[in-house]
Amino acid sequence: MSAETVPAATAARLRPTVAQTFAAMMAREIRVMRKNFVSTFIRVLLQPLLFVFVFAYVLPKIGAGAFAGAQGGPTFSTILVPGLVASSIIMQGMMAVIFPLMMELSWQRSITDRALAPLPIPLLAVEKIAAAGLQALIGGLLVFPAVLLIHAQGQAPDVHVANWPMFVLVLVASSLLAASGGLLLGTIIDPQKIQVLFALVLLPMTMLGCVYYPWSALHSIRWLQIAVLVNPMVYASEGLRAALTPQVGHMPAWAFLSVLVGGTALLAWAAMRKFTSRVLT
Amino acid sequence: MTGSAGLAVRTEALAKTYTGPRGQVPAVCGIDLAVRHGEFFGLLGPNGAGKSTTIGMLTTLVVPTAGRAEVCGLDVVRHPVEVKRRIGMASQNNTLDSDLSTFENLEFRGRYFGLSAAAARRRAEELLDQFGLTDRRSANPFELSGGQAKRLMICRALVHHPEVLFLDEPTAGLDPQTRVNLWDLLRELQKAGQTIMLTTHYMEEAEQMCDRVAVVDHGKVLASGTVAELKNSAGADTVITVTYDGAAPAGVGTLRARPGVSKVEITGGQVRVFAREPRGVLGELVSTAATAGVAVSDAAQLPPSLETAFLNLTGREYRE
Repeated sequence: MSAETVPAATAARLRPTVAQTFAAMMAREIRVMRKNFVSTFIRVLLQPLLFVFVFAYVLPKIGAGAFAGAQGGPTFSTILVPGLVASSIIMQGMMAVIFPLMMELSWQRSITDRALAPLPIPLLAVEKIAAAGLQALIGGLLVFPAVLLIHAQGQAPDVHVANWPMFVLVLVASSLLAASGGLLLGTIIDPQKIQVLFALVLLPMTMLGCVYYPWSALHSIRWLQIAVLVNPMVYASEGLRAALTPQVGHMPAWAFLSVLVGGTALLAWAAMRKFTSRVLT
Repeated sequence: MTGSAGLAVRTEALAKTYTGPRGQVPAVCGIDLAVRHGEFFGLLGPNGAGKSTTIGMLTTLVVPTAGRAEVCGLDVVRHPVEVKRRIGMASQNNTLDSDLSTFENLEFRGRYFGLSAAAARRRAEELLDQFGLTDRRSANPFELSGGQAKRLMICRALVHHPEVLFLDEPTAGLDPQTRVNLWDLLRELQKAGQTIMLTTHYMEEAEQMCDRVAVVDHGKVLASGTVAELKNSAGADTVITVTYDGAAPAGVGTLRARPGVSKVEITGGQVRVFAREPRGVLGELVSTAATAGVAVSDAAQLPPSLETAFLNLTGREYRE
């Protein structure tokens, strides 16, 4: 009975710093992630797993030679490794922020729970980006061994980390880019139109994201090579391609790095503003 | 500005106009309130009166369009984080964190407010025990009954010992037992010194719980004061009703001239007297009948209620 009978005014005033509150919120995200680990990451893993299984194992085995790569060129699995890791990062980053946000901003507005914590609202947006970015990174790292190891004989991907700092930078920047973009979309889109988001945004992003082919190979379809530049996934795929399979033609580093880093800053800024205006009415 | 430092809540011409697809919608149109520390203050009004918007502004999540509001002497617009450190709020909706268990909802709330992990768990245990939720500790908030969810929301608002506790319609939609139990809990909190500001459209709740009440409608304060003051200021009368066997005796009409009587309604055998000063009225109605040789079949005297005061102030048209 001791604590609750102390009059509120005389109870020791808690003075959490903004950093403490931020850390506590990240601790919450990690607790939730740990609880839902299997269901969350099976979702991330399944699509790339099936993809490498079919395209790097089944098709070469049954003699669909077109997928074995051109004579003397890289194997298809070599092209797929950076692409599938990139697409997992982007997908996971976006979904990790959009799904909870749809619940939090609609119906009961459970965002109020976090919004009443002693943290400026824009920092709550940053926290959401950081948490979803972390999930994206974990998703990408989990996909890595799977796409590295599943392949038919003679179809092994030729992958090695050519440039560690660039590899880490591309992984982290892609994760944060996806999370920021997800937060922006989640605050703009009407929750009832979430299906549309998948059909109109996420699927074309993957198919046209240089996941299954390098960007440089698109030179023979010039208009498409230029058109796909609006797709952020292209830069994540190409960035990982440069870091992991530099022998495959890839976009120059200045191009993907400036988009990944600059785009993250821009999208995060826009998402913070939009999120704040949705939370504070 | 006199004494504002000593106030838990103070607003000055506080207003909020929403700009939406239907143009400008005023929700709160200049509200002045002063709530003292330790007080149980009620914001009473019909649906759509602007109560929740007012609470929203005081809890920093709704940005005022005019006027000012201070909580514990801190401006809610200029120092939202400082204000949030000092307040707890249980909103009308279930805003519990559905990714966390009942226990974790309290644990993490404590950690957001700077408690260490161990201290947050201790505080969570303590509150679950105090609010009778210990056996629901691992339940998901969606598995809780309405009353349990409401109690958990109040617990959660109390984790960090807030200086001011805001409760937006705390008993809306609860069954009578749950409501009465919740009232008991709130009374205990207030006895322990907790400042509480609640919104309600239940007269009974305001009458039972609140030290002072402000009646709001159409975004304005219509009257404020203690419940007793409101009853008087709103011209609420005691209603004395007598039913006679047969027609009412002619003599009762003279009651109209009696000081303190505001109205006499005679419909067939029933007489209703509205009086500020009801003493002796019932006796006279009965003795008049005796003199005229008419029998009294029923008699009742209803004290002035906050409800009659409230309806006098806000009118009777339907809302929403």
